Amino acid sequence: MTGRRVETGGLIDRSRTLAFSFDGRSYRGHPGDTLASALLANGVQILGRSFKYHRPRGVWGAWFDDPNAIINVRLGNDEFPNCPAATTPLENGMQARAVNAFPSARNDIKGLLDRFSRFMPAGFYYKTFMWPDWHLFEPAIRRMAGLGHLNPAEIKDYQSGQAHDRCDMLVIGGGPAGLVAARRAAEAGQSVLLIEDHPEAGGSLYRSADQIDGQPVADWVRAQVQALTAAGGRIRLNATAYGIYDHGMVAVAHSNGLTRAPDLIRVRAKQVVLATGAIDRPLTFANNDRPGVMSLDGAAEYLGRYGVLVGQKIAVLATHSHALTLTERLGEAGADIRQIDPAGKLPEALGRSRVTGVKLGSKRIVCDTILASAGYVPLVHLWRHAGGKLDWDAEKSAFVPGQPPGNMIAIGAANGTFDLEHTLEDARAAGSGQPLPPRSGGYSAQPPAPQTGSRKRQWIDFQHDVTLKDIELAARENYVSVEHLKRYTTLGMASDQGKTSNLPGLTAMAAIQGKSVPETGTTTFRPPFVPVPMELYRGARRQQQFHPLKRLPLEAQHRAQGAALGEYGGWLRPGWYGDGDTETEIRREVRMARNSAAVFDASPLGKIEVMGPDAEAFVDFIYYNTIRTLKPGHIRYGFMLTETGIVYDDGVIARMDDNRFVISCSSSHVEGVNGLLEAWRQDGNNPDRIFVHDTTQNWPTVTVSGPRARDIVTQLDLDINLSPDAFPHMTWRAGQFQGAPARVARVSFTGDLSYEISVPVSLVEALWQAASDAAAPLDAGPIGLEALSILRAEKGYLIIGKDTDGETMPHDLGFGIPRQRKKTAFVGDRSLHSDKASQPHRKQLVGLEVADNGAPLPTGAHVVTGNGAQLQSCGYVTSSYHSPTLNRPIALGLVQAGCGETGDEVDIFHLGQRRKAVLTSPCFFDPEGDRIHA
Amino acid sequence: MQIFPCPFCGPRDEREFHFAGEAGKTRPDTTQTVSAENWAAYLYDQRNAKGAVREIWVHQPCQEYFILERDSVTMQVTGHQQLRKDQP
Repeated sequence: MTGRRVETGGLIDRSRTLAFSFDGRSYRGHPGDTLASALLANGVQILGRSFKYHRPRGVWGAWFDDPNAIINVRLGNDEFPNCPAATTPLENGMQARAVNAFPSARNDIKGLLDRFSRFMPAGFYYKTFMWPDWHLFEPAIRRMAGLGHLNPAEIKDYQSGQAHDRCDMLVIGGGPAGLVAARRAAEAGQSVLLIEDHPEAGGSLYRSADQIDGQPVADWVRAQVQALTAAGGRIRLNATAYGIYDHGMVAVAHSNGLTRAPDLIRVRAKQVVLATGAIDRPLTFANNDRPGVMSLDGAAEYLGRYGVLVGQKIAVLATHSHALTLTERLGEAGADIRQIDPAGKLPEALGRSRVTGVKLGSKRIVCDTILASAGYVPLVHLWRHAGGKLDWDAEKSAFVPGQPPGNMIAIGAANGTFDLEHTLEDARAAGSGQPLPPRSGGYSAQPPAPQTGSRKRQWIDFQHDVTLKDIELAARENYVSVEHLKRYTTLGMASDQGKTSNLPGLTAMAAIQGKSVPETGTTTFRPPFVPVPMELYRGARRQQQFHPLKRLPLEAQHRAQGAALGEYGGWLRPGWYGDGDTETEIRREVRMARNSAAVFDASPLGKIEVMGPDAEAFVDFIYYNTIRTLKPGHIRYGFMLTETGIVYDDGVIARMDDNRFVISCSSSHVEGVNGLLEAWRQDGNNPDRIFVHDTTQNWPTVTVSGPRARDIVTQLDLDINLSPDAFPHMTWRAGQFQGAPARVARVSFTGDLSYEISVPVSLVEALWQAASDAAAPLDAGPIGLEALSILRAEKGYLIIGKDTDGETMPHDLGFGIPRQRKKTAFVGDRSLHSDKASQPHRKQLVGLEVADNGAPLPTGAHVVTGNGAQLQSCGYVTSSYHSPTLNRPIALGLVQAGCGETGDEVDIFHLGQRRKAVLTSPCFFDPEGDRIHA
Repeated sequence: MQIFPCPFCGPRDEREFHFAGEAGKTRPDTTQTVSAENWAAYLYDQRNAKGAVREIWVHQPCQEYFILERDSVTMQVTGHQQLRKDQP
């Protein structure tokens, strides 16, 4: 037991205790503790095992700079993987378990791996597991790699809120610099938002001072917060700015405790004041990863904020000018302190599973804790995210903010100003819009040069187990660019993103190469600054909220009639009706449609109106087919292509009058077609002479189809002469239904006589009821999308995207005439005459009949030629059904011309099975069209 | 996250916009002979410039297509214009 709780001091609430466990043992802590501070207070030193060598590890830092203590936490019924112990607030009942350790962090069976460390240097995996094939080794290595255990069970109600915020001045960091700057600006009338990632404002004050401005630290902090809020400023605690993105958007994760997802707040501010402070830079020495080696700043923080003294006999190895104040505070709290100057020699931490002493040359000093600090590292991550430049300050051995990004300034320790007096000067200037005073001196750091060539292992990246030797190896193998060094050794690629390891790593590389640190450069700083759950980005964009289903006005009627609803092209539509066997119900619906009539909800069919004096020329240009010869009252079937000549959509277009058309595109393509029309309308045409208006949702549609369709529609009193001569196939008529306008189109997707009746939304319920009432005595009734799919396949009507692919052009579908004859320009025209488009063996739409009396062909089965190694696909099955009308299987496919003539037998290959099929015309039903023209 | 200017709605979040193409490309007159090279260039050649770019974007909620001038390195938006040529 080394760490202990001191009697007084800190922000914890000693009057209450919280019970928790770690690796199966029970402990107690207080509200205000983190998992790390509570474990240290209980004398626990080994909190985890390292990633690669399974070395025992303790806590290094007191906040987000701790790379070591990563914990799986179970709370209630939920499990939270990879929680950083130093930033996870303690809660009652937490069951914590070290990651990467079994059965516990103290006794880890894989700890033996460390003995083999000299066989596993950087690049070990790349070099060793290449032959014969990495994939042989990958599964086993993957099992050994990784940290926490992910419980696949979803955490209930774990959903991130998403908010936007804006202000004149955003102050990031609620330490002395941030508080004073925010208060000043708020008092000057600016709208100010201050964010602080701890549960309390105050920042570094708790570890570094007892008093400020003659007041106890806690009182002073409270006074600043009160003054800030009184002046209208806002303060948000438990909130971390983890990234700055394009156009200065600051992403803030606002913690709601462990069991509730954090909220994402996107903040836009006119000015951003960076008051993020600085962290300790680790000292590189032998066995510097032993539990008990800690950051000096971190130890002071554990004392000041959590009332925990991390050790009793403490050796301090610090190489900067500000170490003494912190050391004295630890001494006052009762620790036995030994200051050691590491300059010139390579110190070595003694002890196997925890520190028992430090060796310097021939001297051995007994201690239970080593506090190391090679100087301060300003937290300039957000500065770099925003595009700010860095300068190297040789005196301070640190990168400090240089040329600023647009609207940002850095103050205090983030700016390389490490004493309180000058920090407050920075803050007052920033808060009142004055230029910052020159960066203060009075601080210097002399990190010892890395001692290369030693046989002892010196850790650079604690979390990813990268040692100085690995960096020497990378240099020998010429991975000298910092970006290569990072990827070869994985330096800085752990979940702490190299907060503590990047600077020692690149300093080492610079020293090995005899270069300066700025010559060597830094790797790219990227968000997120701290790990955030993926949930933060998902928020409400999930399930139905991510991709809302479109609902039919008649949904309630379909449900009442026993429809099985499913998603078809983004709409919730009836698949079939009735609760009998699915196949039986679908076949019943098909037979009913062929024998009597079917009524179905076709509301999602596109109804995009194109109007205006240039509308005719416009739709003629948009369509593959010639549209200018279409007469008012008539309808034409056609294709829309992309400029590459590929079929994008099919459908019918109706002409209302000279200057008005209605495009009836596929249900799932309405947004796409509308976008395509708008693009051409606005880019290349006069948008004042063409208007595009999507009326799909204004005109729900009920379709009546089948030999008895006319008998049903007659009873709807549409005020239209329905006789075949007055109202032939491929025309439309304006009528009325119950006093409101109705548009009735004679087009068919089934091959039978059909009427598509569109009415205003308010009347569709009445129309559906009337059609159903009229249908019932004729043994006709509703059908769903599944039956419709079969009906259209029997007739050889295609569905774009199912019976076509990304190479299908209209002449592959039997529509070659406009390609040869259309004189005016149209979308995709030139592409239809490319070499590829003119090839003789393009895949064409065909019908396929089963030749072996077997079941329907599997969709996706290939039409093949040859055998064995010569086996070659020349097409595939796109749609395949059992046809209830013909009582045999039918199929559509895309098959290369030249593979056979109509009537020829071809081989079908699917999952190793061969079958025979006969090529036919795609139209299996009523090829003469008698029924459609009835 | 960027803020783009819609000429119709004003400044809006980038997620409301969709890239439509590089500006300045003219569709060849396909009623005349167009060489395969010219047509392929029209379909596929992108300048993809580093630095100042002129592009066509669409603001999806209002369906306005417009020209956006921006810097592909700094992400700075430098200007925008309506597409229509006959401005009143």
